[in-house]
Amino acid sequence: MATPTLDKEDAKPEAGFADTPYITVTFRIRRFNPEVSADATWEDFQFEIDPKERVLDGLHKIKWDLDGSLTFRRSCAHGICGSDAMRINGKNRLACKTLIKDINPAKPITVEPIKGLTVLKDLVVDMDPFFQAYRDVMPFLVTTGNEPTRERLQSAEDRERFDDTTKCILCAACTSSCPVFWNDGQYFGPAAIVNAHRFIFDSRDEAGEQRLEILNDKDGVWRCRTTFNCTDACPRGIEVTKAIQEVKRALITRRF
Amino acid sequence: MKIHKYDTVIVGAGGAGMRAAIEATKRSRTAVLTKLYPTRSHTGAAQGGMAAALANVEEDNWEWHTFDTIKGGDYLVDQDAAEILAKEAIDAVLDLEKMGLPFNRTPDGTIDQRRFGGHSRNHGEAPVRRSCYAADRTGHMILQTLYQNCVKEGVEFFNEFYVLDQLIVEENGVKKSAGVVAYELATGEIHVFQAKAVIYASGGTGKFFKVTSNAHTLTGDGQAACYRRGIPLEDMEFFQFHPTGIWRMGILLTEGARGEGGILRNKDGERFMEKYAPVMKDLASRDVVSRSIYTEIREGRGCGPEGDHVYLDLTHLPPEQLDAKLPDITEFARTYLGIEPYTDPIPIQPTAHYAMGGIPTNVEGEVLADNTTVVPGLYAAGEVACVSVHGANRLGTNSLLDINVFGRRAGIAAAEYSAKADFVELPENPAGLVASLVEQLRDSQGTERVSDIRRELQETMDANVMVFRTEQTIKTAVEKIGELRARYKNVSVQDKGKRFNTDLLEAIELGNLLDLAEVMAVSALARKESRGGHYREDFPNRDDVNFMRHTMAYREVADDGKDSIRLDYKPVVQTRYQPMERKY
Ligand SMILES: Cc1cc2nc3c(=O)[nH]c(=O)nc-3n(C[C@H](O)[C@H](O)[C@H](O)COP(=O)(O)OP(=O)(O)OC[C@H]3O[C@@H](n4cnc5c(N)ncnc54)[C@H](O)[C@@H]3O)c2cc1C
Ligand code: SF4
Ligand code: FES
Repeated sequence: MATPTLDKEDAKPEAGFADTPYITVTFRIRRFNPEVSADATWEDFQFEIDPKERVLDGLHKIKWDLDGSLTFRRSCAHGICGSDAMRINGKNRLACKTLIKDINPAKPITVEPIKGLTVLKDLVVDMDPFFQAYRDVMPFLVTTGNEPTRERLQSAEDRERFDDTTKCILCAACTSSCPVFWNDGQYFGPAAIVNAHRFIFDSRDEAGEQRLEILNDKDGVWRCRTTFNCTDACPRGIEVTKAIQEVKRALITRRF
Repeated sequence: MKIHKYDTVIVGAGGAGMRAAIEATKRSRTAVLTKLYPTRSHTGAAQGGMAAALANVEEDNWEWHTFDTIKGGDYLVDQDAAEILAKEAIDAVLDLEKMGLPFNRTPDGTIDQRRFGGHSRNHGEAPVRRSCYAADRTGHMILQTLYQNCVKEGVEFFNEFYVLDQLIVEENGVKKSAGVVAYELATGEIHVFQAKAVIYASGGTGKFFKVTSNAHTLTGDGQAACYRRGIPLEDMEFFQFHPTGIWRMGILLTEGARGEGGILRNKDGERFMEKYAPVMKDLASRDVVSRSIYTEIREGRGCGPEGDHVYLDLTHLPPEQLDAKLPDITEFARTYLGIEPYTDPIPIQPTAHYAMGGIPTNVEGEVLADNTTVVPGLYAAGEVACVSVHGANRLGTNSLLDINVFGRRAGIAAAEYSAKADFVELPENPAGLVASLVEQLRDSQGTERVSDIRRELQETMDANVMVFRTEQTIKTAVEKIGELRARYKNVSVQDKGKRFNTDLLEAIELGNLLDLAEVMAVSALARKESRGGHYREDFPNRDDVNFMRHTMAYREVADDGKDSIRLDYKPVVQTRYQPMERKY
């Protein structure tokens, strides 16, 4: 054998290796497939898993070993691509960033699609309205005049000013945790405002006024009721509510 | 079935695909087909940086960068391509900055740069600060910036469209690209895209390994689609194993962790890299460090009850330094291992990371049907392609560079071609192959499960064609893959529906992985030498006399329908650098 065989996934833990005590968990999953039925139902799956594994690993165990029709999106599996935001035990999280041991596996773990976007199948929702709101805030650098030959200069402090909002992975955990958005899908939602913030406060950008006007709309920032759901939900630790407040302040003072 | 007509079609919306799209959309009617929403692409996972000899912080120039790239690739690099990469790097970084990329800045407000493995001043004299970066989120910022600019340019995307077949038609004795066939995830509908030019930018193929830094979706679909239609695959035996993946999970912990002073230790707490690389120690090249780790493990000095990993020790570094310089990877350790890197060492093992090989192209991104003949209308760029700028081992920060330089080149070349070319007539029943593949898998009553075959494939690849290879281990893998390919014919899926049938797509992806794994193993078996990422214990030295050449693997189909792999070789382009022994 050339290299040691790694992670034997099916192997049960060795005696004395208390490091991997498999436990039995129940995933209670909101199922919906309009090809089969117009109604959504709850379905329970029971299986053994190392509690140090991710909720995403649990979903894969179900899909790969129990029911291939279970449908969800995922790609990177470590919290960087934004594919797998879902409601886990009633809270928006990334399935790949949530360990089973951290969400009380003694009780059934509920897994549902994020709210406020149309469910297409099981945990898959229609992301198009979400990305449309993002596109509507002009999420790109706008400059005028001649392009410099070298890079535009920016001080480290000016760069720091919008650092927090550059981290967004467009997972929609924030927007789909927002009660205002649940009631009215026309609201831009926190993620779009976060991405507007990223440019409004970038010293190189010259379209701040235009973006502020877009967000001054009846479906813009003023709808925010500062419930902080978005900040709690954000898997990247972005201070979403603070970013929204800064945009509101910029609208009043016209200084940014 | 729906038929669409575009001048240019791009397959993939990662860094390479979107960089190409920005150019192609300005010049031709362009569609981007992508199986993921663009911002989900794995370019977003890249941490370390993007190389360019900007010389913002110290003396540097593109010629030094060219040399480092060639030496890093163990001289299997095509030197004309490496020169283009290094020269155009400077504009590639400046272009991204102008598009809005928030690079870290120097006190003067210019783009900041830092050190990375293998990048040196004056041909190996000392490390040089060449990597342009945005914290440890450089790939994320590149992906976001390119998507933002695609929005700005109005690039047309077809999201969650899986390209499953490449249409090639012979016209007057010349093989040309006629378009692609895609499967729409949401509806199960098949779409034919007739296009004058097609660019593959569909990324890597790391998922045939079990422990890998690659995303679940990196299944080599583009390589497989072209290979099945007679396009060769170049240098597939060369795969990079990054030394520091999180134990068992494979999640990457950037080389920057050792750059900041992190140390690798075995179960006795010994800093073992001192034995293997007395000068560079923990910062020796990736292939050397990965082999050293496995030597420790095989000789019984691995950590844990199964002795199957070693430690990355950051505990001697001040917490403030970790917070400032390595926020993301320290968070990974906390989230996934429950380990506090301030006080505890992190269990790591080498992780399958990057495909140096792929679809052969020239420096314009044009795909080659053999050693010299271009396939009109067919292009490739990024990890799916082999230009070859990485040779036998890619340097850190050279891939984010590659996707920008060659993504741009392919985008321009393809759009210019489609401006003057005519559509190639579609073959009869263009969707036939995909339709029958989908139907057969969906209707199959077979008893084999996708997950079993994939698991066995990944296990045999990890055990037999990873960091250490011998004739015997590779043969074991080839045999096993053959068995799995036979069993794959009997695979079935449980989801029989049309809507979002990811069960079906996983089965198709597995078919791609099996084909590519076989190409990799067969290519590795024939290369009886050690070079860069390909290490043969039975042939531990580089053999320039017999193997200073690229492998070209072709799929041959016999009259009875059985397929096999034919290997051929292509000379390496050498311009100014003579091969030397690689020492760090
Ligand atoms: C964890 C990690 C860290 C890294 N860090 C660095 C670094 O610091 N510096 C560096 O230079 N390199 C780094 N690399 C390497 C580099 O990030 C990748 O090689 C590069 O980003 C690949 O880009 P790409 O555009 O070719 O492919 P990807 O970004 O993987 O994009 C592939 C695209 O193709 C699409 N696609 C795939 N199959 C199909 C299909 N069948 N039909 C339609 N679309 C399809 C996908 O949807 C996706 O949009 C790192 C890699 C990893 C994994
Ligand atoms: S702000 Fe946070 S929660 Fe909202 S989309 Fe971005 S990463 Fe997700
Ligand atoms: S799978 Fe990428 S964020 Fe979870």
